[in-house]
Amino acid sequence: MSETGIGARVKRVEDFRFLTGKGNYTDDINRPDQTYAYILRSPHAHAKINRIDTGAAKSAPGVVAVFTGADVEEVGGLPCGWQIHSKDGSPMAEPKHPLMVADKVRHVGDQVAIVIAETYDQAKDAAGLIEVDYEELPAVVSMPEATGGNSSLVHDDVTNNVCYDWELGDKAAVDAAFDKAAKVTTIDLTNQRMIANAMEPRAAVGEYNAATGEYTLYTTSQNPHVIRLLMGAFVLGIPEHKLRVVAPDVGGGFGSKIFHYAEEALVTWASGQIKRPIKWTAERSESFMSDAQGRDHVTHAELAMDDQGNFLALRVSTLANMGAYLSTFASSVPTYLYATLLAGVYTTPVIYAEVKAVFTNTVPVDAYRGAGRPECTYLLERLVDKAARETGIDRAEIRRKNMIQADQFPYQTPVALQYDVGNYPACFDSALKASDYDGFTQRKVQSEANGKLRGIGISTYIEACGIAPSAVAGALGARAGLYESAQVRVHPTGSVTVFTGTHSHGQGHETTFSQIISEAFGVPIENVEISHGDTDKVQFGMGTYGSRSLAVGGSAIAKACDKIIVKATKIAAHMLEASEADIEFKDGKFTVAGTDKELGFGDVALQAYVPHNYPIEELEPGLDENAFYDPLNFSYPSGCHICEVEVDPDTGVVEVAKFTAVDDVGRVINPMIVEGQVHGGVAQGIGQALLETAVYDDDGQLLTGSYMDYTMPRADDVPSYTVGQQSVMGASNPLEVKGVGEVGAIGSPPAVINAVLNALEPLGVQDIAMPATPRKVWQAIQGAQVAQAAE
Amino acid sequence: MYNFNYQKASSVADATGKVAAADDGTFLAGGQTLLPTIKQRLANPSDVVDLAGIGELVGIADDGNTVTIGAMTTHAAVAGSDVVKSKIPALAALADGIGDPQVRNRGTIGGSVANNDPAADYPAACLGLGATIVTDKREIAADDFFTGMFETALAEGELITAVKFPVPQKAAYQKFPNPASRYAIVGVFVAQTGGGPRVAVTGAGQDGVFRQADMEQALGNGWNADAVGGVSVSQSGLNEDIHAGADYRAHLIGVMAKRAVAAT
Amino acid sequence: MPTVSMTVNGKAVSADVEPRTLLVQYLRENLRLTGTHVGCDTSQCGACVVHVNGKSVKSCTVLAVQTEGADVTTIEGLATNSELHPMQEAFRENHGLQCGFCTPGMVMSAIDLVQNNTNPSEQDIREWLEGNICRCTGYHNIVKSIEAGAKAMQG
Repeated sequence: MSETGIGARVKRVEDFRFLTGKGNYTDDINRPDQTYAYILRSPHAHAKINRIDTGAAKSAPGVVAVFTGADVEEVGGLPCGWQIHSKDGSPMAEPKHPLMVADKVRHVGDQVAIVIAETYDQAKDAAGLIEVDYEELPAVVSMPEATGGNSSLVHDDVTNNVCYDWELGDKAAVDAAFDKAAKVTTIDLTNQRMIANAMEPRAAVGEYNAATGEYTLYTTSQNPHVIRLLMGAFVLGIPEHKLRVVAPDVGGGFGSKIFHYAEEALVTWASGQIKRPIKWTAERSESFMSDAQGRDHVTHAELAMDDQGNFLALRVSTLANMGAYLSTFASSVPTYLYATLLAGVYTTPVIYAEVKAVFTNTVPVDAYRGAGRPECTYLLERLVDKAARETGIDRAEIRRKNMIQADQFPYQTPVALQYDVGNYPACFDSALKASDYDGFTQRKVQSEANGKLRGIGISTYIEACGIAPSAVAGALGARAGLYESAQVRVHPTGSVTVFTGTHSHGQGHETTFSQIISEAFGVPIENVEISHGDTDKVQFGMGTYGSRSLAVGGSAIAKACDKIIVKATKIAAHMLEASEADIEFKDGKFTVAGTDKELGFGDVALQAYVPHNYPIEELEPGLDENAFYDPLNFSYPSGCHICEVEVDPDTGVVEVAKFTAVDDVGRVINPMIVEGQVHGGVAQGIGQALLETAVYDDDGQLLTGSYMDYTMPRADDVPSYTVGQQSVMGASNPLEVKGVGEVGAIGSPPAVINAVLNALEPLGVQDIAMPATPRKVWQAIQGAQVAQAAE
Repeated sequence: MYNFNYQKASSVADATGKVAAADDGTFLAGGQTLLPTIKQRLANPSDVVDLAGIGELVGIADDGNTVTIGAMTTHAAVAGSDVVKSKIPALAALADGIGDPQVRNRGTIGGSVANNDPAADYPAACLGLGATIVTDKREIAADDFFTGMFETALAEGELITAVKFPVPQKAAYQKFPNPASRYAIVGVFVAQTGGGPRVAVTGAGQDGVFRQADMEQALGNGWNADAVGGVSVSQSGLNEDIHAGADYRAHLIGVMAKRAVAAT
Repeated sequence: MPTVSMTVNGKAVSADVEPRTLLVQYLRENLRLTGTHVGCDTSQCGACVVHVNGKSVKSCTVLAVQTEGADVTTIEGLATNSELHPMQEAFRENHGLQCGFCTPGMVMSAIDLVQNNTNPSEQDIREWLEGNICRCTGYHNIVKSIEAGAKAMQG
């Protein structure tokens, strides 16, 4: 292993600029003659717009223009990128998602008007002068009510507010298995709505060049090429060669910056109308009501077992909230990213899932770190724990006896996926050991002496990521390919620029990808530059989400490196007057086997650009290669997370005392970055388990619309974590990697809740909903005491 | 943020004069509540009169049985004051738990007391210690000062200049924070004072900070944690929100009071 | 419009600003010191933390006119001749940042902690960071960074 190659704990090359305040985020960008936009948003969840009067706003100081829904009626709506078909074969309902609404508002925060002025304060001042005559309609908030037949309709032409009613698996086989089951465990649970809350609020700067007819959009996006495609082709009708999308430094995404948002299209479109650049930056309160939110499932599930506790069948019925409109990938999250994982790490032979997606008068819901897989994992691991309690089998034992064994790969699940490689029992045992599972009883006694209830919780998980084989995704309804692209440009001196279609917004790609180059070419990473985020620089890309950047984007880079080495070997053979077959390339040097003749990588690069001694008949000059990589299969990270909590029975406060994560993420390029990804994911998982939730009242008002009410995990809410890996090299890509971005958020919530329930078990508490806030824990204790008193 | 006129005051008289002369003037102390309120366009003053330049409003004086804290003294200064730490350590600890370090570097006692946020900490200390609020016009007993949620006995344009805290025999404050905002869901300040035990509760009441008479009586019969923990707390008049119902708040008043007494 | 004058990162600066201009707006828009960020509108996230007269404050909750005559230090003022401040270096060494957005506020806050407490424990650090929210790191490596930075600042 070289000092900066694969596996090295290299310090991040991007850090210097961030640490010195020299990052370049979208709101840091200012264009000559720039104006500022303020978006007027609906204060109502559901209301007809009878009239909008923008007269006073238009004549307010500094105002350049005011546009409303009527001005963009001819402009396309925001598209959805994944088509789902219902059980009956009908396509999902796809009502128009307009940039600004003209007829009726469908959630608090829906865009009503855009005010453009010389300063932001002037735009906001003027927006206060716009008069909107709203006629309030009953809000659709609860999913059971929305689908009940008597509800108000979010979209007048969507019956019962159902977007689709989808199924997966062999229903008849599952029903038959339940008929002969010795024991059935059932569970009802909610995976609450979350808000991603990347620390950088979304922002967009639109600029139109009247001289060339070109538009440029600077935006806080995880995937600038996808935005160019969606906005150019479906919304504004601008061809690719006239539209440049730049996603500069982006301050976190967690899924919420995948999607194409109205504000991006609005500032781009309006810059063409007013012929000046326009900047829009969300205030945090706007982020709460306009960033796509996450999760929000209500599920009933049943697990059939034989009399030994072996899993026979799983039956799942889920309501999934879409919010008011279909966001970019919303439809895929509760279907192909959720139900296809319901086997987990277990051998359950037959599984059936049905998912009803529902429109409500709430902010749209889409992928949030883990996207579907945390919902699936939470369901499974709560259910397995409950099955253990009901059968009297130890929680570790019931998992172990139902686990897919190392010699069963490739393993075909009953829900479409084929797991390529893994060793779940090894990971499981490693986690039990790392967490000192056996020493728990002693720690529990210690806690009790301090007046605290201690509990331990286990969760295993499987994840399908490295999204995705395009043909498979296409067959399942994706409206795009999900390959990735890379260009590796070796310069005459042997330094290297890599252009990647993925985007880094915290993941450290500039370091990890440089390590791949360093390993391939034997060059130090100081000689490597990673370029991403600009559609004018990078040929193409599908962006960063679904833990795909390294598995798919990194593999594209590796493929391009292979092409470079093939060509450089030919050049070296010519220069060294040897046969190509005798040339070896290692540690940055071309040698002729059995001789002491050698050339440096830089010598060959120079010859490629100064081809004085060059096989010009066979080879073009230059050393610059493109590669597109489409993965063979998803990659399947897995792992086991173990949490210990201490509960204060007097107040209901839960403290995470200890958290252990052992993950199989395949080959690790940079251990430091991998650990950091797990830390962050686990914190978000602890946040979901104990702290965070989006709450709407019956009128569709978001009650958790700021950090005053939405509980973000802070430093004193979480512990230091124990993180380890127990990896089997990946089999579905040349780098043998699996993906690490989401594992922390997937594995952790059920580990935490199982630990809380374990702590409360002696008090008779059997269920608790996420987030297990102090109030809820206290209520659960009270409720159990009342129930016990009644017995 | 709506625009406003900004004026600097050089003295208490200058400050009150400027606010009186304005259409809708307001004093600016540390600004840690006022500025967020104006930013969110929940307030729209015509004039903001900055008190930061008035030296006489800053400082902590030890008068033996009383600690007097100037209105513009920051929370960080109170938390770090040797006088407060030795005379009323509970007050220093309370100040050290207000907001976060950056808020404590700017926020002031006068601003906090004048605002009387129902979830703020200082009102509990004032009421729990039987403090006296000193204004440019008069002295007001804490018992008469806090008149309701965000409501005080201050007349329009009246300015707090200092708060006088009688030194108690013992005192402690326990806060159960809102997990999101970190303001008090329930905060209980207990003190054994010359006038007997005092128990003040913040965060919980619909009308802001209040004294818990039953607990004071229980402590009068003997200063011990179990006595106060056993007092039944009525849910009547307590707040309900998404973080805590009245039942939970009533329960927490008992737990926090017990812990506070145990900590003295 | 009132004129405001102050020292920012050692340089005297002066400008006419609306009274409602926040210090963070003045830094970002007038002085183009865009290292100081805005992550919320309720004075909670701490992305905007700078030092005013040596103490950490939230520049989103201070008016520019309130800092008349003050000595202001932003993240851009820490490194000298491209040599990182020990706290910046500790964040780099310990992977204390991912997306970088909260980082300037974290570093400015951490330095103020060490000014108040030269040898902070893990608990001290976690409590001090109440006013700084990070969504990427899970705080683990931030805490390690600050522990290391505190030691380095003494040495």
